[in-house]
Amino acid sequence: MTPFPFSAIVGQDEMKRAMILTAIDASIGGVLVFGDRGTGKSTAVRALAALLPPIKAIRGCPVNSEKAKDVPDWAELESKRAAAMPTPVVDLPLGATEDRVTGALDIEKALPKGEKAFQPGLLAKANRGYLYIDEVNLLEDHIVDLLLDVAQSGENVIEREGLSIRHPARFVLVGSGNPEEGELRPQLLDRFGLSVEVASPTDITERVEVIKRRDAFENDNTAFMLRWQAEDAAIRDRILKARKSLGKLKTSDKVLTDVAELCLALGSDGLRGELTLLKAARAYAAWRDDTALTRAHVRDVAPMALRHRLRRDPLDEAGSGTRVARTVEEVLG
Amino acid sequence: MDSWQQAVLALRLLAIDPGLGGVTIRARSGPVRDALLNLLDPTAKRIHPAISDEALFGGLDLSATLTSGHLVEEQGLLAKAGPMILAMAERAPVRLAAHLSIALDRTVGHTMIALDEGAEPDEAVDPKLAERLAFHIDLSDVTLHDVSTLPTRKAEQPATFPARGGFIAAQGRVLPSMPPEITEQLTQIAAQLGIDSLRAPLFALRAAKAHAILQNRDTLTQDDVEIACALTLAHRATRVPEPEPQQPDTAPNNTESQSSEDTLDIPDELLLDAVRALLPDNLLERLAAQKARQGRGNGTGAARKGNRRGRPLPSRQGRLDNGARLDLIGTLRAAAPWQTIRRKASERKGLHIQPSDFRIKRYEEKSDRLLIFTVDASGSAALTRLAEAKGAVELLLGQAYARRDHVALVAFRGTEAELLLPPTRSLVQTKRRLAGLPGGGGTPLAAGMVTAVEQATTAQRKGLTPTIAILTDGRANIALDGTADRKQAAKDAQQISKVIRSHGTDAIVIDTGNRPEPALRNLAQTMDAAYLPLPRADAQSLSDSVATVLGE
Repeated sequence: MTPFPFSAIVGQDEMKRAMILTAIDASIGGVLVFGDRGTGKSTAVRALAALLPPIKAIRGCPVNSEKAKDVPDWAELESKRAAAMPTPVVDLPLGATEDRVTGALDIEKALPKGEKAFQPGLLAKANRGYLYIDEVNLLEDHIVDLLLDVAQSGENVIEREGLSIRHPARFVLVGSGNPEEGELRPQLLDRFGLSVEVASPTDITERVEVIKRRDAFENDNTAFMLRWQAEDAAIRDRILKARKSLGKLKTSDKVLTDVAELCLALGSDGLRGELTLLKAARAYAAWRDDTALTRAHVRDVAPMALRHRLRRDPLDEAGSGTRVARTVEEVLG
Repeated sequence: MDSWQQAVLALRLLAIDPGLGGVTIRARSGPVRDALLNLLDPTAKRIHPAISDEALFGGLDLSATLTSGHLVEEQGLLAKAGPMILAMAERAPVRLAAHLSIALDRTVGHTMIALDEGAEPDEAVDPKLAERLAFHIDLSDVTLHDVSTLPTRKAEQPATFPARGGFIAAQGRVLPSMPPEITEQLTQIAAQLGIDSLRAPLFALRAAKAHAILQNRDTLTQDDVEIACALTLAHRATRVPEPEPQQPDTAPNNTESQSSEDTLDIPDELLLDAVRALLPDNLLERLAAQKARQGRGNGTGAARKGNRRGRPLPSRQGRLDNGARLDLIGTLRAAAPWQTIRRKASERKGLHIQPSDFRIKRYEEKSDRLLIFTVDASGSAALTRLAEAKGAVELLLGQAYARRDHVALVAFRGTEAELLLPPTRSLVQTKRRLAGLPGGGGTPLAAGMVTAVEQATTAQRKGLTPTIAILTDGRANIALDGTADRKQAAKDAQQISKVIRSHGTDAIVIDTGNRPEPALRNLAQTMDAAYLPLPRADAQSLSDSVATVLGE
């Protein structure tokens, strides 16, 4: 089934913006989408996959290498020709075993034929692309620990069962989940660059529009896809353009001070908050086709870059998003 | 329409449009449920909660591969679309529910009949999965008499009930066109019933269309929409709608649908009535159960989280399924003696390993428990029972030591709570701190509980299983901000109790007052904790009671 077109998603602007920003600058470090059931979390992630521009990679390479010299020896590729392939978006299912995630001894070859071969796991497949974890808050602890390590270093190291292999594993982590079902450890939270909270639209007309589009998507798929193809293509072009203009963007010291002051006032842990906020603001400026980074950009992306980095206050009933908004108001005026 | 008829109808609609996802049938095993299942395609796949990933998704058939010497793959149950029956659905672990939800989301044609045998309101199908099934039918009140008057499969066309691949494709029927105002109406009703998820109105829409097809009609009628609302929206309602005066903006906009003359004009009120008639009586009870279940998954019980991967046990013979890890050395060792014989028998070179040689790695994983003692050292407690409470804690410490539990000690007196001892296993240290615990001052119960909750959350992150034991006489008189305000203090304590409950932390409240304190019982209820009034108890009986509650 073709995924629902990204541009046809009604509302949920913050979620869509966050996803576009990570597509512009992958080093922002992924998106965490928290929200109730039936708010279009997974729909958006799958739509994003279809939207992303293709990448150039060596055909058949298990880690999607860009250049022939980067293809690992254990892949045993005969021809090393490059071809365009869609940006990989790999699903990490909840029940995935450690072997499946990191890769392990290839039992298919090991037992019947007696060959020692490496079977790459999901982390290899996700290299240069996206790793999507639905229900990320229900993920088992030992898999989470594994991911933390790899997401940090960008390299997957396998030292077990007589194998000694390392391969690049740089990916954008996209997680979604329902906060009612369990919380995420702060260490993993911190690894996500941006976080958004989604809720069902409260506006009736908006809700009706969602239902109508979904109904059209299911019953009149061809016409519907045709109708939205152009808009999806427009977003794709804008992303590509923003990627190019990102390098030329001017960043004044004044904005840097703003960013630092904001993070200080919020008491976010570590410097990752500042860095992500800056990167996100720059990507946002590039998306808006502005030539210099301004306070307005910082203000717009501050909630999504900082909301999950605050210390939790069990007695504060207002969400952390509100706290960020309040502080932004105080610091940046 | 009674619930039996609804169930039969739901199955028929599912057969027409598999996009409806499926149906949850809440009933104990019995002739009524059997009668319903008899209506289904006998080739429907059966799934049980402990099914392995291999069985679901397929993969390498290791046994066949090894015996034959070449690669044999087997197909999983999800490979082919069709109806699936999930038995004992309330026991399905979160992992399985997530897998099935994703399968339902992505593959067209899967339908799920989830048999929910839950006895208590809080035993139910995982909400993630239930969300993706359009219908929910409760058969617990249906008698066999209701059933016998209804058609059996023999009398009906078998294809009327969920068959492989669904029904629409087979018949090539075009879905009836949908007047736009119906969409708006359904969305509005869902909103009025307090249903947040947008899947609900979508299901209602599909169900209405399917019902029209079932009746062999090309246009939707009031009947279709009413039945669809009743079947798909009633069980999702989170509030009973107030009868509202007709709003002008809900009047259908006739300019949009001039082409169809028989435009549907059903007042919202009518549709709401259809739903209201089907609203379960115990709506509030169910809501409460839903709240209580938050953060705890479902009826499967708390998953054991280990902070260690576990102590390795000797590997043993077993099957290579779900997450099992092969002990290579053990397997090779088991296979070694047979190599010559097997080579001769099969005339095949190389290593001969057969399924019977597999040795599986085993670990013993135990989640460590942390007991957080929250002791009231206020003046009122000091007068009466502080010594006894201390004695009880010491006895429990002995037991905790035997089980290698971790212990933390929080005391509250005066205006604040103090963490006397961060989580530790040191018995000696705990005893020393406890003995030196002075009494006197007010009872800042809420402050003590806050400290306990903080400790519990930290512990949970480390993979420990925390249990909070509160020993107090319950006369909270110091509020969280340190002021002596009895009312505010009680309010604060209630608030923290809710936090404890939402975290799903186990708790015990031990009333050490001279008489059982009703406010304290209340508090225990709020945090879903065991309550033990212990007027005039000695340390030994206190310790025994706590041990019973903890399930020693």
